[in-house]
Amino acid sequence: MAKYALQRLALAIPVLLGVLLVGFFLMQVVPTDPAIIRAGPQATQDVVEAIREELGLNKPLWQQFGLYMWRLFQGDLGVSIINNVAVTQELGDTIGPTLELMVASLFWSIPLGILMGTLAAYWRGSLIDRGIMAISVAGVSVPVFFIGLLMIWLLGFQWQLLPFTGRGGPLWTMDGIMAIILPALTLGGVFVGPVARMTRTAVVDMLSADHVRTARAKGLNEFLVVLRHALRNALIPVITLIGLQIGFLLGGAVVTETIFSWPGVGRLAVGAILSSDFPMAQGTIIVLSLGFILINLAVDLLYAVLDPRVRLS
Amino acid sequence: MTLLSVENLVTSFKTSAGEVRAVDGVSIAVERGQTLGIVGESGCGKSVLSLSIMQLLAHPGRVVEGKVLLEGRNLLDLSARQMRAVRGREIAMIFQEPMTSLNPVHSIGYQITEAMRAHEPSLSAAELRNRAVAVLDRVRIPSAARRFDEYPHQLSGGMRQRVMIAMALACKPKLLIADEPTTALDVTVQAQILELLRELQAENGMGIILITHDLGVIAEMADRVSVMYAGRVVERSSSAELFDDPQHPYTLGLLGSIPRVDEEKDRLTAIEGAVPPPFAWPPGCRFAPRCPFSIEACTQAPPALREVAPDHAAACLEAPL
Repeated sequence: MAKYALQRLALAIPVLLGVLLVGFFLMQVVPTDPAIIRAGPQATQDVVEAIREELGLNKPLWQQFGLYMWRLFQGDLGVSIINNVAVTQELGDTIGPTLELMVASLFWSIPLGILMGTLAAYWRGSLIDRGIMAISVAGVSVPVFFIGLLMIWLLGFQWQLLPFTGRGGPLWTMDGIMAIILPALTLGGVFVGPVARMTRTAVVDMLSADHVRTARAKGLNEFLVVLRHALRNALIPVITLIGLQIGFLLGGAVVTETIFSWPGVGRLAVGAILSSDFPMAQGTIIVLSLGFILINLAVDLLYAVLDPRVRLS
Repeated sequence: MTLLSVENLVTSFKTSAGEVRAVDGVSIAVERGQTLGIVGESGCGKSVLSLSIMQLLAHPGRVVEGKVLLEGRNLLDLSARQMRAVRGREIAMIFQEPMTSLNPVHSIGYQITEAMRAHEPSLSAAELRNRAVAVLDRVRIPSAARRFDEYPHQLSGGMRQRVMIAMALACKPKLLIADEPTTALDVTVQAQILELLRELQAENGMGIILITHDLGVIAEMADRVSVMYAGRVVERSSSAELFDDPQHPYTLGLLGSIPRVDEEKDRLTAIEGAVPPPFAWPPGCRFAPRCPFSIEACTQAPPALREVAPDHAAACLEAPL
C-alpha cells in the first residue's frame, strides 16, 4: 500500500513539470507584450524598454524559463503587473473559498448522483429509471452558467430566498452557509448527471454478476445485496469517472465563481487573463493544475482503499 | 417425509421471440442424506431447475406451474421474506464458477460470516469469527484463522470452491444444491472436492442435488439420477441401475460417448446432431430427431415418464430397450 502510494506520487512529478512548462509557454505565445501593459497606454518606447529590462523579458527564452523555475522553486510566483501584489499572497487569499465551494458542491452532488444511479439500476426499465435518467441527461446537457443564471433569477432574484453575490463569511456562520448554497448547487449540478449515469451502468453490470447471485443464495436481503455486493463493487468504476470529471469541476468553478462573484482562484484567473496580468494568470493555472493532480492522486489512493486487488499487489 | 420434492415444475421465459419453457414439467425428489444427480448437456434446463428451486431466476424467468416441497412446505407459496429465510439456512447452493462467485472486494471471512449474520443476528462478532474459522478448517483450508482475512484473489480455484462450500455449510443447511461444482477445477482438485462433499454429507446427513454434465461425477457421487434432455426428465433410476441398464436412448448415447480405456477406438462416439434450441423443440419426443430407435409415433405426442422396470422410469415408447 505504501509502495503503491509512493509510486503514484512519483508519477505525479513529471505531470507537474509538464504543467509548469505549458504554463510558462502559454504566456509566451499570447500576442500581448506584458511590458506595454505594465507601462500603460501613454508610456514612451524608452519606458517600455526599461520595464522589459526589469522583467527580464529581453533575455533569451531558456534563460527566462530557468529564472522562472528557480523563483518558483523558492516559492516566488512574481508580482501582479496590475497592482504589484505578490501572486502567492493573492492565491493564498483565494484558495480557501475555492476549496470551500468545491467541497460543498461534491458533498451533496456525489452522494445524490450515486443514490440516483443505484435506484435507476435496481429498477431498470421502470418509470423510476426513465425519470432519473431524463433528469441526468438534462443535467449533463445544460451548461453550468445556465443553471447558475436560472438559480440566481428564480431563487435569488424572483423569490429572494438566498443571497447570490459573494461569500457570506466562514462556513460555521449562518451567513456563510446561506451564501454558499446557490454556488454549490450550481457547481454540484454539473456532477450529478454524469455520476448518476455511470453509477447506473456499473450497478446494472454488477447486479448480473455471479457474486451477486451468491449473495442472494445466502439469503441476504435486497438492501444488503445491492449495497455490499453491487454498489460497493461498482464504486471502483464510478471513482474513475469522478477522477476524470475533476477537470470539469475546475472549469465549472471558474464559471461559477465568476457568476456568483465568489472570491476564489477561478475568478482571480478570469480577472488576470482579461487584464493580461501574466504572472497572476500563470499562478492561477499552476494552482488549478496542482489541484487537478492532487485530486487525481487522491482518486488513485481511493482505488487502493476500495479494491483489495490493488491494495495487496 | 421426502426432504425435497419438485412436482411438475414449469419455468418459462417470456421473450420477444415468444415463450420458452426451459424447464417443462420436471419432477424430482431427494431424501435426507442422499445425493440426487441431475445430468444432461448444457441447455437442458438443469441450472434453470436449480435456480427455480431457490427462486433466484433472473428476469424474465418465472415458475409458472408446479410445486417445490421442502419437507412438505411449498416454497412457491412463501413470501419474499420467508423465502430469504430458507435460502442459505435450509437450502444452500454452490455454483460452477469459483473464480467469479465470490465477491473480490470483501474478505472471505466477511463473506462467510455474512450468511450467518443474516440468519442468526444474535451472534457476536467473536462467535461469528470462531464459527467461520471452524467451518473453513472443516473444508480443509490450511491455516484457516489466517485465511479468514484474505481476499478471493489470493486463493487458488480449488481453495475458492472450498470457501464456497464453507459458505454454503455455515448455517448447516438441510439441502445443498451443487451446480457443476467441479467443472472449472483440475481433475485432482475435482476428486478432493467431491470427497469433501461426501464426507460432509455423511457427517450432517444433508441431502445433495448434484447438477453436472459429467457422468463420471455422477457415478462417483449419486445415489439416484435424473437424466434431463431439452427441459424434461427422460430417465430416472438409481445410479447403479442407470449405468447397468440404461432405458432411454439418450442415456444410452451419453454412456456411449464416454471414452473407455479398455477399448481401442479411433474416434469418440457422439450422439448425432445437436440439442435443439428451446424455441425449436419438436412436438413429440424431443430426442426423436436424433434417436436411432425413433418410430412414427415418437413424433406425434411427447412420451410420458413411466416405470419400465422396478424403480426405474424412462420417457420412451420403445422402452424397455
